[in-house]
Amino acid sequence: MNATERARRSDFEAIAAHVEPGASVLDLGCGDGLLLDYLKQQRKVRGYGVEIDDANVLACVKNGVNVIQSDLERGLAGFDAGSFDYVILSQTLQAMRHTEAIVMEMLRVGRQGIVTFPNFGYWEARLQIMAGRMPVSKVLPYQWYDTPNVHLCTIHDFEAFCVSHDIRILERVVLTDGRPVNFMPNLFGSLAVFRFEKLK
Amino acid sequence: MGAVRAQKMRFDAPLAFRSGAVLSAYELAFETYGTLNADKSNAVLVCHALNASHHVAGWYEAEPDNIGWWDNMIGPGKPLDTNRFFVVGVNNLGGCFGSTGPASPNPATGVPYGSSFPVVTVEDWVVAQARLADQLGIQRFAAVMGGSLGAMQALQWTLSYPDRVANAVAIAVAPRLSAQNIAFNEVARQAITTDPDFHGGDFYRHSVVPKRGLRLARMIGHITYLSDDAMMEKFGRTLKSDSIQYHFGVDFEVESYLRYQGDKFAEYFDANTYLLITRALDYFDPALSTGGDLSRAMSAARARFFIASFTSDWRFSPERSREIVKALLDNRADVSYAEIDAPHGHDAFLLEDPRYHALVRAWFDNIHATL
Repeated sequence: MNATERARRSDFEAIAAHVEPGASVLDLGCGDGLLLDYLKQQRKVRGYGVEIDDANVLACVKNGVNVIQSDLERGLAGFDAGSFDYVILSQTLQAMRHTEAIVMEMLRVGRQGIVTFPNFGYWEARLQIMAGRMPVSKVLPYQWYDTPNVHLCTIHDFEAFCVSHDIRILERVVLTDGRPVNFMPNLFGSLAVFRFEKLK
Repeated sequence: MGAVRAQKMRFDAPLAFRSGAVLSAYELAFETYGTLNADKSNAVLVCHALNASHHVAGWYEAEPDNIGWWDNMIGPGKPLDTNRFFVVGVNNLGGCFGSTGPASPNPATGVPYGSSFPVVTVEDWVVAQARLADQLGIQRFAAVMGGSLGAMQALQWTLSYPDRVANAVAIAVAPRLSAQNIAFNEVARQAITTDPDFHGGDFYRHSVVPKRGLRLARMIGHITYLSDDAMMEKFGRTLKSDSIQYHFGVDFEVESYLRYQGDKFAEYFDANTYLLITRALDYFDPALSTGGDLSRAMSAARARFFIASFTSDWRFSPERSREIVKALLDNRADVSYAEIDAPHGHDAFLLEDPRYHALVRAWFDNIHATL
């Protein structure tokens, strides 16, 4: 297992820890479907992925994961309100154009939402900005001109977003290299995992 | 695939149609490719759409140019690999390629059924296909697969025989026809039934064929299989001669193409079969018995589904496939859905698009891994 795979696996483990066994899961921007495959094996979930990219849809089929090819930017019109236990957006939030809309859609379709995203407040990122350059790192491996990430945020930003959008945070896990970070997570955490629900 | 041979199976047990009509005996024309494995678990049924047949892949020794209609999909090393799977193609009842149909002699009268051939439904076809499977010793298909009307049969299999189909592969499908779809079918049928050579469906005894009607039916159908862009790309406004002729003969390339397709079709296709098949399309509606609730209708299905649509298909648009996907999601069925960005319209399901074929290949690879 290389560093990227290890980082990915820790992301999977952090999400799986939040998911009740046997739950129904919708994974938005599911990529190659390996998270769903992991949740299927570890948590016996009933899972579906949503993915726009042809190569990823093919990868999901190869991995034996249910996948629905659809454009998340157009919302989740094909999914009924409250039809899933969890709607997951793993490492995709920062690449969405309609970020606000998709989080609200997650909470319409799912009882709970789970997001993971690279923390832009991580010290490495801050240091690179201080040095006058856009951050490039393991969790943000792109140059400013070729990045799919258009809505990067910090852990504090996301928490403020939840407050202003009547979202209750149920759990937060912050990781760096797969290890939990409890001390000053917005500075020392590179990856954030949030589980949340809509305030009634 | 190489040279293949068509076979026939005779059935002497009467078949009751949904309409109430009964066929006392009938024959089905079929072809098989590959080898049925010892535990008979590798069989795949391929269902045909409007104008195709049991001749799915390969060619005939005597007719090397007569290549199966899905030969790019099915064969050794193809996405549906006949080195691994035992593939069965059947000409549906009411057809005109060897199975009992309107042109077959009615044993009670000795003359062709003609107008007396029962109106047949997708459900009836599936029952007949299941009887063929019984005879071939296939209890459960690894997959039932089809495009368009063939995909409707695959869906129906999962409802009529939930335990006899492990996977359904439904390409360019719709859960039921729209009013516009039925309207096009009705124009095609009117073209046939108003042809003076139709004789109320009993044209055989007059030794004529309603070719003008068939030709028109084919022309209108063909337009709905292609996208506007694909037609523009293929024909544009190209003229047959150097300049416009100021007449009503063929000026444009597209007119010439449609006439050619129509003429060719009228040579080999049976007019009554065309009526029957378009009617089977019109009547297909699994949600009819559940008050229009497709989710409830699909609750009987136990299969895993692969569904694909094509963005430029306006006959059965991606929205129509998504209705089925939604119904399957509501039942928490295993389903994968691909929306393929292809310019060719409905006909794309018959063409060789690398993304589409890669998905079907991957799907069958997984099925093979479970055998």
